Amino acid sequence: MRLEGKVALISGGARGIGAAVARRFAAEGASVVVGDVLLEEGQLLASEVREAGGEIAFTPLDVTSESAWADAVALAIDRYGKLDILVNNAGVIKRDRIEDETADLWDRTMAVNAKGVFLGTKAVLSEMKRHSNGSIVNLSSTAGIVAGPNTASYGASKAAVRIFTKSTAIQNAKLGVRANSVHPGPINAPMMHEVMEFPDKLADNLARVPMGRFGEPEEVANVILFLASDESSFVTGSELVVDGGITAQ
Amino acid sequence: MRLPEKVALISGGARGIGAAIARRFIVEGASVVVGDILVERGQTFAAELEQSGADIIFTPLDVTSESSWADAVALTIDRYGKLDILVNNAGVTKRELIENETAESWDHIFEINAKGVFLGTKAVLDEMKRHGSGAIVNMSSSYGNIGSPNSAIYGASKAAVRLFTKSTAIQNASFGVRANSVHPGPVNAPLIEEFLPFPEKIKMLESMVPMERLGQPDEVASAVLFLASNESSFMTGSELIIDGGINAR
Repeated sequence: MRLEGKVALISGGARGIGAAVARRFAAEGASVVVGDVLLEEGQLLASEVREAGGEIAFTPLDVTSESAWADAVALAIDRYGKLDILVNNAGVIKRDRIEDETADLWDRTMAVNAKGVFLGTKAVLSEMKRHSNGSIVNLSSTAGIVAGPNTASYGASKAAVRIFTKSTAIQNAKLGVRANSVHPGPINAPMMHEVMEFPDKLADNLARVPMGRFGEPEEVANVILFLASDESSFVTGSELVVDGGITAQ
Repeated sequence: MRLPEKVALISGGARGIGAAIARRFIVEGASVVVGDILVERGQTFAAELEQSGADIIFTPLDVTSESSWADAVALTIDRYGKLDILVNNAGVTKRELIENETAESWDHIFEINAKGVFLGTKAVLDEMKRHGSGAIVNMSSSYGNIGSPNSAIYGASKAAVRLFTKSTAIQNASFGVRANSVHPGPVNAPLIEEFLPFPEKIKMLESMVPMERLGQPDEVASAVLFLASNESSFMTGSELIIDGGINAR
């Protein structure tokens, strides 16, 4: 097993990509703490993983709240004695043209997607540095590298994650803590479901992907597993693009 | 096992990173054909692994020769019936300031590092497309992404690999053939062996790395394994940087 003896905290882990990560990590031997604002879905996921033999705990986690992060980290350490892996996965999206977006929406997108990563990282660093061992995996997006037609705020927040990750990596490279970002293209997960309801929007999005399909949450989870595990021990400050070829064009 | 029933061809596989990849692939269940111009070394290496039960064969391979590639691919298919994975790993380097470099040196480095990747890719595409499945992993370098103090030609050749990989990915995304590049920083392998007798040069190399150490061939092999396996099924045209943080700052 590839995460034997590791303890992982996953934000936004109740559904979608985060849930796929939780399942995969548990199957690879990790003890998993899933945090989310979706309490019911989070508890359901935790019972499912537990029934499959996985070690998992759910905790309410609003990533915009410093005290919620402190509680989640304390729970992980109380329960499992340490924290090796943080996956900053929670995120929100709203699709609109810039002129139709509001300042409130900007604030909300940045608070969850960007500041949430900062607060999560800040909350785990002293524990990881104490053990001289840690891997932080941040969910950015292909929209953090190239512009999408109607995701300006989302893209800006994900670009912030991209570079914040590199600073995290550089500041902690000597201290045994790695940090890398993952950049999914369109994935068959809740963020894309509003698009997938409309055949013309679906076709537009599919046409952008050289592979001609959306990715599956499990395909992103595989990448996160690689970055979270010791297999990527010389990888830090890197970006792993998982987009079926979109940004290679 | 992560490469069950896969057949892989690895150029420059007699030593260093290529040999680490061959070992890792075998552990994960693949049948491996190792090609190299280092015939004696390659034969010894393959014989050693064979004795411990590995499914491996060696073939002389000059990556600058189209007919040599044709022979290596034919041998692979004769022996194992198919070819799932190509690792274009063979490469050379030379450290010199631009004004001291020669046109011959440019030609030699490009012939092996860049054209060798083209010829290898060309040699396997028909077979991979016929099966609707294949993974090509090309060895670029962290110096294919950023400038270097004394490897201008090497860096240019590795930048050629970086973009050639993306074109390979785009052209073949709809045929089930993926192509990705790996970008190691300084790794404790033959390309830096000229530095090994000089502790101060090794120190200088290490000081360029935020992690303050060299990478190990096994750490690169882990990344190549990830890209060669089905775990990276939604990744194509991507770059995996393994450089201890060099590119992040």
